[in-house]
Amino acid sequence: MTTRILATEFDYLKPATLEEALKILAEKENVRILAGGTDVIVKMKVAGMTCDYLMDIKGIDALDYAKLDDKGVFHIGALAKLSHLEKDPVIAERYPALKEAFHLMASISVRNMATMAGNFCNASPVADSVVPSICYNAVLTLASVRGERTVPVEKFFLAPGVTVMEKDEMLVDIALPQPEANSGDAFIKKTRVRPDIAKISVGARVIRDGEKACFCRIAMGAIAATPAYLEETSALFVGKKVTPELIAEVAAHASASIRPIDDNRTTAEYRVAIAEVLTKDALTEAWRNAGGEL
Amino acid sequence: MSNLLPLTLKVNGEEKTFLASPHASLLRVLRDNYYWDVKCGCEEGDCGTCTVLLDGKAVKSCITLAHNCAGHEVWTDKGLGYNDEITRMIQDAFVECGSIQCGFCTPGMIVAAKHYIDHGGIADRKEIRKAISGNLCRCTGYNKIVDAIYKVAVELGREVR
Repeated sequence: MTTRILATEFDYLKPATLEEALKILAEKENVRILAGGTDVIVKMKVAGMTCDYLMDIKGIDALDYAKLDDKGVFHIGALAKLSHLEKDPVIAERYPALKEAFHLMASISVRNMATMAGNFCNASPVADSVVPSICYNAVLTLASVRGERTVPVEKFFLAPGVTVMEKDEMLVDIALPQPEANSGDAFIKKTRVRPDIAKISVGARVIRDGEKACFCRIAMGAIAATPAYLEETSALFVGKKVTPELIAEVAAHASASIRPIDDNRTTAEYRVAIAEVLTKDALTEAWRNAGGEL
Repeated sequence: MSNLLPLTLKVNGEEKTFLASPHASLLRVLRDNYYWDVKCGCEEGDCGTCTVLLDGKAVKSCITLAHNCAGHEVWTDKGLGYNDEITRMIQDAFVECGSIQCGFCTPGMIVAAKHYIDHGGIADRKEIRKAISGNLCRCTGYNKIVDAIYKVAVELGREVR
């Protein structure tokens, strides 16, 4: 293994419009999309990823946006960089857990290049920006020459590095719905040193209805083959008076329902143990952020 | 496939045309053309010693494709040192604070520090540590590097009161 050269030969394509890019995807075989390159180039160097065509989409200016539409939905384009998004005032106000995730991700020089859509398409089970996006019910738009379709974020991932995207499709837009009043959220990530990839990450969002939660979504990274939405655990939290006991019960359920693996970052045993603590912390923080009392 | 293609970049203020294969990283093109102040460490985006400014933002040149930067502006530590007052201050501070031992991480550290100061960095040791978290140093234990950047921030009147 050498990191000096890219061990694969490819043709470099740089479309100027989305139409051109989608046409290339439809007509050519074995095309890789390059946006930030902080995953693709590294994988080509050290993980044996190959391609016949490398399509650089950075020339498609129309995909570089982060904006609200007239229905109050926040749209993030495929080329929006993490360093730009972490400073976005709308994200800071409406999606604080996502902002926290951006802040805890990698280093500044990586965030200056990397895109949020790239973090999704890399489909790592640890992807930091995905975990809060699951809590926010993000909807992804996939485009191809055949048209567009939308996929909820929790249905997007199939396995490490594998998504539901067909070979001629491209992720063009991430849409975050407007958060309800009385909602609160939290994102917690455990690492050894700050810019590390997470040992485990937990996101939670709740909507408060008096003393009860009427909505809850808990998501975790690095505990399964894909970033996971803990549907059963989340349902336990809904419709009951929120007390420290309820939070402890839900946290214990979260810990019991995951089946993580050992890897070079930490052990399965540690992940199961810490999942309970982090779920408790995340739910407590989210509940307080929603204006609830304990 | 792997033929050499002309590539025009503005490096350290000068417009230059290189011949580079589509597979070449920005780091390789710079080093092959005698910009030896850009160091090559891990070449997989971990260590940060290859950090350069691309359009004013710090990026890791080893995981940036050279042809991706066509027409853009690249500044290396050395070029900045000759042309930019803030970088010169950072370089002086590194010398005065003893932030250099083997010196291998230094060019990347200085570019990361320059990015931090340029984007409103304040004299806060925790923030400075975050700013250089993408750059590894195996000699100094980081303390003296943080000292140097802190010193520059203070000189620029960015103390926290």
